[in-house]
Amino acid sequence: MNAPAAPLSPYSSALGKPNIEVHTLSVLVDNEPGVLARVVGLFSGRGYNIESLTVAEVAHAEHLSRITIVTSGTPEAIEQIGHQLERLVPIHKVTDLTLRGNAVERELAMIKVAGTGQDRDEALRLADAFRARVIDASIESFVFELTGAVGKIDQFIELMRPIGLVEVSRTGVAAMSRGPSQT
Amino acid sequence: MTNLMTGAEMVVRALRDQGVETIFGYPGGAVLPIYDALFHQKHIKHVLVRHEQGAAHAAEGFARSSGKAGVLLVTSGPGATNAVTGLTDALMDSIPVVCITGQVPTHLIGSDAFQECDTVGITRHCTKHNYLVRQIEDLSRVLHEAFYVAQNGRPGPVVVDIPKDVQFAIGTYTGPRNIEHKTYRPKLDGDPDRIEKAVLLMAAARRPIFYTGGGIINSGPEASRLLREFATLTGFPLTSTLMGLGAYPASGKNWLGMLGMHGTYEANNAMHGCDLMIAIGARFDDRITGRLDAFSPGSKKIHIDIDPSSINKNVKVDLGIVGDCAHVLRQLLDAWRSRQLAPDKMALAKWWAQIDKWRTRRSLAFKGSDEVIKPQYAVQRLYELTKARDTYITTEVGQHQMWAAQHYHFEAPNRWMTSGGLGTMGYGLPAAIGVQMAHPDALVIDIAGEASILMNIQELSTAAQYRLPVKIFILNNEYMGMVRQWQELLHDSRYSHSYSEALPDFVKLADAYGAHGIRCSDPAKLDDAIMEMLEVPKTVIFDCVVDKTENCLPMIPSGKAHNEMILPGHDAEIETAIDAAGKMLV
Repeated sequence: MNAPAAPLSPYSSALGKPNIEVHTLSVLVDNEPGVLARVVGLFSGRGYNIESLTVAEVAHAEHLSRITIVTSGTPEAIEQIGHQLERLVPIHKVTDLTLRGNAVERELAMIKVAGTGQDRDEALRLADAFRARVIDASIESFVFELTGAVGKIDQFIELMRPIGLVEVSRTGVAAMSRGPSQT
Repeated sequence: MTNLMTGAEMVVRALRDQGVETIFGYPGGAVLPIYDALFHQKHIKHVLVRHEQGAAHAAEGFARSSGKAGVLLVTSGPGATNAVTGLTDALMDSIPVVCITGQVPTHLIGSDAFQECDTVGITRHCTKHNYLVRQIEDLSRVLHEAFYVAQNGRPGPVVVDIPKDVQFAIGTYTGPRNIEHKTYRPKLDGDPDRIEKAVLLMAAARRPIFYTGGGIINSGPEASRLLREFATLTGFPLTSTLMGLGAYPASGKNWLGMLGMHGTYEANNAMHGCDLMIAIGARFDDRITGRLDAFSPGSKKIHIDIDPSSINKNVKVDLGIVGDCAHVLRQLLDAWRSRQLAPDKMALAKWWAQIDKWRTRRSLAFKGSDEVIKPQYAVQRLYELTKARDTYITTEVGQHQMWAAQHYHFEAPNRWMTSGGLGTMGYGLPAAIGVQMAHPDALVIDIAGEASILMNIQELSTAAQYRLPVKIFILNNEYMGMVRQWQELLHDSRYSHSYSEALPDFVKLADAYGAHGIRCSDPAKLDDAIMEMLEVPKTVIFDCVVDKTENCLPMIPSGKAHNEMILPGHDAEIETAIDAAGKMLV
């Protein structure tokens, strides 16, 4: 590449270091067949990232589902993602919770750990410190359930790794704005 | 009339209630009930195409030239997949099209049934929206909603996929109400604060330019009228994208010609040197901007677009205004007048003097010839001999398309049908058929290339069946000209597979279809031959044998900025003008 030393204008995202941010988008959609495919297809078709995605119906009578997407990109790309989502016909509302800056985000994870003796004790001690619950136990294993911010779950998984981490299942982030008004 | 009817009858009734008079289609197993319903009525004229891609382009041509939605009806499986190119074309160029596809019965969906394909899955990415109607209760609502979505906001193609059992099922039809869609409600008026800011920027501008696009045409004739009024009022220079040609008249005082890769020297330099750019219904496509980081570096930019995602997509602008072109232009005019604003006349005179200097470079000039027909000359003569008539032009894609854009001059909107975004070879003939159906008495000419025309040549049969007097004006240089040009410039003239080998005899081909064939290779005889084409009251194939190696200039080499154009007579410079990074670009 022969990019000029001094940018002629600030308009190219190819110039300079890209400033990558992680944002959480809350997307309220009609709960109809294919709506998730539209959203996911938009991300793959336009080359956007999905770090995590959760979806479930949230208002049965109104046929509304909420999709919570954690995505990463430059601020320009994330603004563009919001607009592109809004173009989809069955989408009611797109809220960038990170931009709004006042949201609670939680994820649930199940973490299976196998081991015997001291490792079992250590796993239980750490689980207690993280307020993880035991939802299955055998003589040589536990399945922990842990709810919390993404970072907390990451940290717990890292601690379990040397003890005998077998596998992890995570829901992805669910999020909502704080205070009395709707997200 | 009772409202109890079959799904197939509902389709026909809904089309009628939507004001549809002409549809383009091709029958097949999964749409037979709808074809049977068509058989029993007289209100809707069905045009039988010879390939579903042709139906889609014909619907586009119909829509683009009439301002109404174009409609096509195709069967399941291959019927739907054949239409995909046309749907994608309509999506890229924002053309309102409603495509009704048959589907296998609901109980067979997912079983790999005969002529089954996942139509909504396949077309999800190439439509504005699509529907699979699984029950008769939803059918009339979905059909009316499809027309609403296709035509409102930024227009685009909508697919309604109807399984065969739903076509046979009996239900209650409901007519189109003035539907307020529950989620899709495009914003038409611009934000008043932003309108104020925009007119103040315009009044303060010293080197302003209007950069207008297909959005003005989509918005309707009122937008073109307001644009003309505003341009006259301000005296600002104006350039347009390929898709926007005709919104402002080519004979207008403020007209700089088309901009972009094959735009004029004055338009591109004015874009580069302006201090205020007012983009209206244009989307900063890569063919327009050239090298992004050197695009109009010193200007403030106002961008008016009905699609919020167009704003700041490729180029960051200073003031984005979301709204319909006509609404926003009306608001701008009102604000300009009520504040009694005036342009900076002194600065503007200096700016025009600079533009006039650029104009003296005569960037569209070409070397004439007595021996061989220059393609530019052919378009010029075609223009001179048809400009007084009620003429509509369609094109295929390639060099001839650019020459048509450069040398055919448009005075009114909706007269120019071309595949801009997708660049679909084979667009022009079916589009011309669609235009002729919308304007039976008009002169419709497809300016074509000999390679492009072969991509949908089967539609000659359609033209013959409906006795459509479309004129196919082929600039025949025996090459995929634009491919050849790029190979000359980028790949040391290694013409890999770009020679049009084994061409048909186009005159005999015309004869075979009952059309009229003309061949001309002598510049002196060109006018008479064109007159013959115009006088013959039937489909004409005009095989215009032109200079084989002419390049389409001027040109912004890929990876270069607007002020780095290659002008006619400097072809040799292009080879060295494109660096390795530029070669990576298309």
